[in-house]
Amino acid sequence: MRPVSYSRVSDVATAIATVAADPTSAYLAGGTTKIDMLRIYAEPSQRLVDINSLPIDHIEVQPDGAVRIGGLARMNDVALAPVVVDRFPVLSEALLLGASAQLRNMASMGGNMMQRVRCSYFRDAEARCNKREPGTGCGAIGGVNRGHAVLGTSPHCIATHPSDAAVALVALDAMIHVQNAAGHHAIAADDFFLLPGDTPEREHPLNHGDLITAIEVPPLAAARNSLYLKVRDRESYEFALASAACALTVEDGTVAEVRLALGGVATKPWRARAAEHLLRGAPATRETFARAAAAELAGAVPQPMNAFKVELAQRTIIRALETLTARGAVS
Amino acid sequence: MTAAIGRPLDRVDGRAKVTGAGRYSAEIALPGLAHAVLVTSRVPSGRVELIDTYDAERAEGVLAVLHHLNLPKGGSVPPLLPSLFGGPASGQTFFPMQDEVIHYAGQHLAMVVAETLDQAEHAARLVRVTCRETASVTTVEQGRDRAYEAEKIFAGFIPGRVARGDVAAALDRAQVTVENTYHCAANHHNPIECSATTAVWEGDRLTLYDATQGPNATLHTVAELLNVMPSHIRVVTDHVGGSFGCKAMIWDHPALAALAARAVHRPVRLALSREQMFSSVGHREEQEQHLTLGADRDGRLTAIRHHKLSPTSHFDDWAEPSLGVASQMYACPNYEGVYRLIKANTMTPTFTRCPGEASGMFVMETAMDELAAKLDLDPLELRLRNYAENEPMSGHPWSSKGLRDCYRRGAELARWSERDPRPGVTRDGNWLLGWGMASSGYPVTPPGNPQRARARIFADGSAVVQSSFSDIGTGSATAMTQVAADGLGVPLERMRVQYGDSDLPNTAAAVGSAGAGMVSAAVHIAATALRDQLIAQAVADEHSPLHGADPAQVVVSDGRMALRDRPDTGETYAELLQRAMMADAEALGTWIPPGLDTPYGTMTFGAQFAQVAVDPELGLCRVRQLIGVFDPGRVLNRKTAHSQLMGGMLWGMSHALLEGTIMGPDGRWANASLGEYLVPVNADAPDVVIETIETVDTVVNPLGVKGVGEVGMVGTAAAIANAIWHATGRRHHRLPITVEDLL
Ligand SMILES: Cc1cc2nc3c(=O)[nH]c(=O)nc-3n(C[C@H](O)[C@H](O)[C@H](O)COP(=O)(O)OP(=O)(O)OC[C@H]3O[C@@H](n4cnc5c(N)ncnc54)[C@H](O)[C@@H]3O)c2cc1C
Ligand code: SF4
Repeated sequence: MRPVSYSRVSDVATAIATVAADPTSAYLAGGTTKIDMLRIYAEPSQRLVDINSLPIDHIEVQPDGAVRIGGLARMNDVALAPVVVDRFPVLSEALLLGASAQLRNMASMGGNMMQRVRCSYFRDAEARCNKREPGTGCGAIGGVNRGHAVLGTSPHCIATHPSDAAVALVALDAMIHVQNAAGHHAIAADDFFLLPGDTPEREHPLNHGDLITAIEVPPLAAARNSLYLKVRDRESYEFALASAACALTVEDGTVAEVRLALGGVATKPWRARAAEHLLRGAPATRETFARAAAAELAGAVPQPMNAFKVELAQRTIIRALETLTARGAVS
Repeated sequence: MTAAIGRPLDRVDGRAKVTGAGRYSAEIALPGLAHAVLVTSRVPSGRVELIDTYDAERAEGVLAVLHHLNLPKGGSVPPLLPSLFGGPASGQTFFPMQDEVIHYAGQHLAMVVAETLDQAEHAARLVRVTCRETASVTTVEQGRDRAYEAEKIFAGFIPGRVARGDVAAALDRAQVTVENTYHCAANHHNPIECSATTAVWEGDRLTLYDATQGPNATLHTVAELLNVMPSHIRVVTDHVGGSFGCKAMIWDHPALAALAARAVHRPVRLALSREQMFSSVGHREEQEQHLTLGADRDGRLTAIRHHKLSPTSHFDDWAEPSLGVASQMYACPNYEGVYRLIKANTMTPTFTRCPGEASGMFVMETAMDELAAKLDLDPLELRLRNYAENEPMSGHPWSSKGLRDCYRRGAELARWSERDPRPGVTRDGNWLLGWGMASSGYPVTPPGNPQRARARIFADGSAVVQSSFSDIGTGSATAMTQVAADGLGVPLERMRVQYGDSDLPNTAAAVGSAGAGMVSAAVHIAATALRDQLIAQAVADEHSPLHGADPAQVVVSDGRMALRDRPDTGETYAELLQRAMMADAEALGTWIPPGLDTPYGTMTFGAQFAQVAVDPELGLCRVRQLIGVFDPGRVLNRKTAHSQLMGGMLWGMSHALLEGTIMGPDGRWANASLGEYLVPVNADAPDVVIETIETVDTVVNPLGVKGVGEVGMVGTAAAIANAIWHATGRRHHRLPITVEDLL
């Protein structure tokens, strides 16, 4: 492993000051991404600042019904928090369907937002990769790319965004709270993840040293009837080939409210706005669902090995909507 | 005392393993230990032009950087011989770092030795290798044009072509035929413990702590590679964390560890990384098979034509024998089997659990299912109509065969006759349900050399049995304790088995599902020899209550010898030894295995049934139940035997649905990690039902043990593929069967 130095901080201001002062430094939360990156030489950090003692791990309900999740809250704690299970099942499920129990006990929500792509060329420090080393080319285009994205790709990078939780958060219009030396600001989840474009190395609108202090999920009645559907090769401990985070309210056979985001198929957690637009106010039928799904995938750019994802994503959307329609009708 | 053999005894090494007290080969703590890390080739073909070690040599903690220009040359590479023969067993006839030629990606090019593992890993990243890459062939598709018919495969033991009767004529006349091309992805073993060797020189004597299926295989191979006298090498293997064939042959890393230790005058540990495991210890080759079955309208097979095409290395003609068991399963008068090979830029493929049986029987058994559907016959009935009463290739009788019972019991457990045989009609919500079955079989192959064990009893009546075999996680140490206790007639608590050390009496490597049979033979013979020796001593001893008795009438139980019909008359071993003022007594047991020309067909048989649920809209297949019934001869320990069979069946499921190593366009394995090479997790594991039919086999070895190590995997993939067909009406001819195939 790359030689690193390590220190532990216990307050937010010191954490930010320490990391901001040294461009070779980085925050260390659960370490389930960061340590891997160092072991495989995919990231150059030389100094780790351990933030696990910072008091930003709470899960709190706000007066308006929003839920505020600390940046250091662990994936499992969030997934099992009664308020999340109750009001935002889509988020609870997305978390529980991710990684493994051991990882979820270590991994933080902030770290989850910042996790790096699983593209094997990115992870192979000697392969060509525009994200790791801008300008070197993309090993995945023309390479082995079954797991790669079909939406939001660019000629420079086609890596799939790996997070499940982020897909749910984008569907729920969550806000990511960020603090730095200058103060505090919040970024809409959908804007927090950048398309690769011609700068795939830039994944978030953050500056070095910016700290995720919390994630806020605004109240949403429709979210009580929500789910996360994850399609993958094996039953657990595996990233999505396609996934859908979906919340749905059907009134009198018509879609009253819908939120839909896709995972496993796009370079960022993909809010399916075209599909949502078609669905709102339309009859809650398989036919509508299929039309909405087709509209969302109309712009897909498949690679030789992942063409099946275009069809799979549509079927995943349809299944999610059908399941929620049936469930909504029962309750 | 009830017999220990057969009981579901807990593992004797279980506590050491789960508490972490047991030391694996990469955990041996030695004073002054240094660490070696390999630098491997990025390109599949070419020449090394420059190895720049300037930065690496100056990195913190680095002791040496070794490569083809400064690595001392050793002895010679022994020929490719399976380690079951008990001699040198090189995984390929190529030893790296001898010249600048690159034959395959991942080839070991240099080795960095440093004070700590982290330092060695870091310095290895600093070694800059400049290569001139040349054109390469790494897949069946790329090499199809240059395929050739192999003269021999599998280390020269199996002819490249076998024929019986007249297949062409029989196919012309066949009333029904089934003909398909099948493709199986390459597989890697992925045991949880990566291969590792810790090497220590004391003068000209070498000790290797090696993760191996055969301590003696390591000893003999390293002796030849380094030109060191075998008498000066000791190989210790306390625990092995699984192998599945990747530790069956001896690859270059044990010898490299020894060379590194010699270079730095310190003990050196060389542990392969997970990624290096994909290009250092062989693999199951990618393969294409073409099978044609001909039958009459009653379903009787009249012809089998089975061809295989696969890539091998530049140095060796290796193909796993995919045609083997498939050619022995059914009675059929006309047969033709041909292996074709492609010289490719890969290492020599190797034994991978069920080498050939798994892939060949996937093909044979899915074709049989297709034939049954064509004939509108129950697939089980089709198998019974073609039941091979004798071994079809030689005509010899089987040493034992319980397959009919396996079919019957399996069908009962699966409620086979209650399913709706029509495909694509049984639903459970979004899931289509299907049932499938397949035959299973794995050859029983004797080792090539005598197997030995030593039994020793002490004056307090406690005993130890010693034999060099390694327990690779199968439970053999536990089973041998049971065999030894019964053989000598002492309680289990008083018996210890010492193993995993080449200084102990010689055994071949525990490979080919042969370990239990051959080691139990030696242990049984040693323990009973000691028993007989002590009985002889007692009947000759005028102070013994057994004095003058007929030895044949003396039985031993709980450490006490007594007359069979007068149990009151007798004494304990301890009494006998103490009276004679003997501190101990010992006996050597040697088992001479039957030759390969024994006039019997020898095979462990089984029947496999699978129930799957397929969600065709989302491309998901989940296995709901696996049922396996096998006839492994005598079962030494019910628990560990069932675990072996279950592990095999789960791997068969994985072979069907998950596992495949993908060759990238750059000629490198593209998914060389456990994150991307998928093996099943607990959540994938279905309900697994296992039963054994105990058959008596007096041919294979003294205890009639046919083996359970691999047969569990044979036929599982076919049973699942057949179940998928039954669920959906679609046939799949490629493994693994994944989401995109099922959509
Ligand atoms: C085998 C495996 C399987 C996985 N499967 C899944 C899966 O199925 N679905 C899924 O969604 N995820 C999966 N993951 C990813 C996992 O969820 C992430 O690794 C984890 O969430 C990262 O959190 P962490 O606390 O460990 O972050 P760390 O590894 O500590 O940090 C990750 C990055 O975030 C930065 N960082 C951490 N905290 C903050 C903060 N508060 N503010 C700013 N920057 C910060 C660090 O500097 C680092 O760059 C898997 C991971 C592994 C190893
Ligand atoms: S897809 Fe993106 S991450 Fe992967 S190799 Fe290309 S540029 Fe790098």
